Amino acid sequence: MYSQGLIGADDKPVEDEAFIAAFQARIDAEEKIEPNDPMPEAYRKTLVRQIGQHAHSEIVGMLPEGNWITRAPTLRRKLALLAKVQDEGGHGLYLYSAAETLGVSREQMTEELLSGRAKYSSIFNYPTPTWADIGAIGWLVDGAAIMNQVPLCRCSFGPYARAMVRVCREESFHQRQGYELMMALAEGSDEQKAMAQDALNRWWWPSLMMFGPHDSDSTNSDQSMEWKIKRFTNDELRQKFVDATVIQAEKIGLTIPDPDLKWNPEKNDGAGGYDFGPIDWNEFWRVVKGGGPMNRDRISARKKAWDEGVWVREAANAFAQKQHQRTEASKVAAE
Amino acid sequence: MSAKTPFINVLISLGDDHLILGHRLSEWCGHAPMLEEDLSMPNMALDLLGQARNLYGYAVELEAEGRTEDDIAFLRTDREYKNILMVERPNGDFAHTMLRQFYFAVYMQLFWDDVLANGDARLKEFAAKATKELAYHIRHCGEWLVRLGDGTEESAERMKAAVDALHPYTNELFDITPDFNTCIEDELVPNPETLRKDWNTAIQQIFRQAFLVVPNVQFPQTGGRTGHHTEAFGHLLSELQYMQRAYPGLTW
Repeated sequence: MYSQGLIGADDKPVEDEAFIAAFQARIDAEEKIEPNDPMPEAYRKTLVRQIGQHAHSEIVGMLPEGNWITRAPTLRRKLALLAKVQDEGGHGLYLYSAAETLGVSREQMTEELLSGRAKYSSIFNYPTPTWADIGAIGWLVDGAAIMNQVPLCRCSFGPYARAMVRVCREESFHQRQGYELMMALAEGSDEQKAMAQDALNRWWWPSLMMFGPHDSDSTNSDQSMEWKIKRFTNDELRQKFVDATVIQAEKIGLTIPDPDLKWNPEKNDGAGGYDFGPIDWNEFWRVVKGGGPMNRDRISARKKAWDEGVWVREAANAFAQKQHQRTEASKVAAE
Repeated sequence: MSAKTPFINVLISLGDDHLILGHRLSEWCGHAPMLEEDLSMPNMALDLLGQARNLYGYAVELEAEGRTEDDIAFLRTDREYKNILMVERPNGDFAHTMLRQFYFAVYMQLFWDDVLANGDARLKEFAAKATKELAYHIRHCGEWLVRLGDGTEESAERMKAAVDALHPYTNELFDITPDFNTCIEDELVPNPETLRKDWNTAIQQIFRQAFLVVPNVQFPQTGGRTGHHTEAFGHLLSELQYMQRAYPGLTW
């Protein structure tokens, strides 16, 4: 019995029709899938990939904003930015932990990021040359992230869904903070207004690209929808984002850099929404494939931190081992 | 010169210690040896910057000349900053950063403890919060000192190098400027000299566990308290002040 139990625990489930159907029935009943539950290998892999990418995005995302911590214009802004970037690191940590429940280690995921095998959100391959970029990232990038992530709070995989609840709460705070920063610039001097408009011009289209390819071109969408990892399609989320953001820009007197942007009362089943111009997918793919302005810099900064930290991590491990040996030795001595 | 001037100067010099060390620590954000440290170093930097705001805020309130905390933080020339030299030293490696933080946190913990017992009423409010924060800094950095000192051969070497590099700057923690002396006499702040013994004890205690030796410092490095800074400081200021200098007089 004992050995049988062990064999059973080691074996991957046979993914026959009945198994797949039973799994889908749980998903359809809105049950949460937990790490030790049987799951199709493809479901596990999809989640490892998605959660890993999400974690990497948080970590790489610390760099463009971190670029302004030492140069923030006031103490209040400096504290807010530092706390924000720290939050992103915290999100990375929850997400790595959520992915670890699926049997992949943080070291493994980090190595995949550094070698280029794992992706992160392309938006972070754009530079932050001005202070207004900090506002634009909070307002637009975090705004787009929230659109993507709020539905993930209801994702079928329990640990991911639970991590997202806290992440979303913090992201929504960041989004308001970013908007408030832009508002201060928009109400400021001509230079400040120009700085804000310039940042909006540069971040608008990349923010729309954050939702991914059109539904017709999205390879992973259908299966993820069926598994209730995803709840809305890329295009649905993108439309929601545009509809929410255009009004915010108008309110602070900034102009969305899209000559085709136009209110369409027919959109969203007659509720109305904005038509917007074509997205430059060539640029999207160029940046995804490594040709964005900051791809190399981002990875080399992460690699530098990782490589220069080797001796610290080794020391921590060596010390922990010594401590363990000492405890064991003192146990023996006590006997 | 108002009767409060020496106290204002002392508050600003303490604020400078916190601002500049907070600045240095914040440089690590996103570049730490492990993710946990990407969280804990900004955490400590936030504590330090928060204390700097308290101290500057109190100083400008006493001064009552319409200056703001940001005027103090961003709009002075290098000679007008009175932080000790240790806090402006470039980060070096992780061993340097942890050691510098430990030296400073142990000192400030003793300083605030004394304030809580005898100091100015408003400073007591700052102290109540700071002592809780510093207890964490001391624990966190102290643990790293031991881990690195008793870790691998390389980490032990790096820890020793950090002690050699930074210990000469510790004496300035106990410097008593004329302004400081006036405040000690007015019982507003503790006499740093009375904190030295406990500081030495705390350092030695951790050093013993970390297999480190307190070096004999032949030539202590001082000067920050009188505004005489190291070369690295001008570069730090050019970053810190960039926005306020490039776009003067605006609201952010």
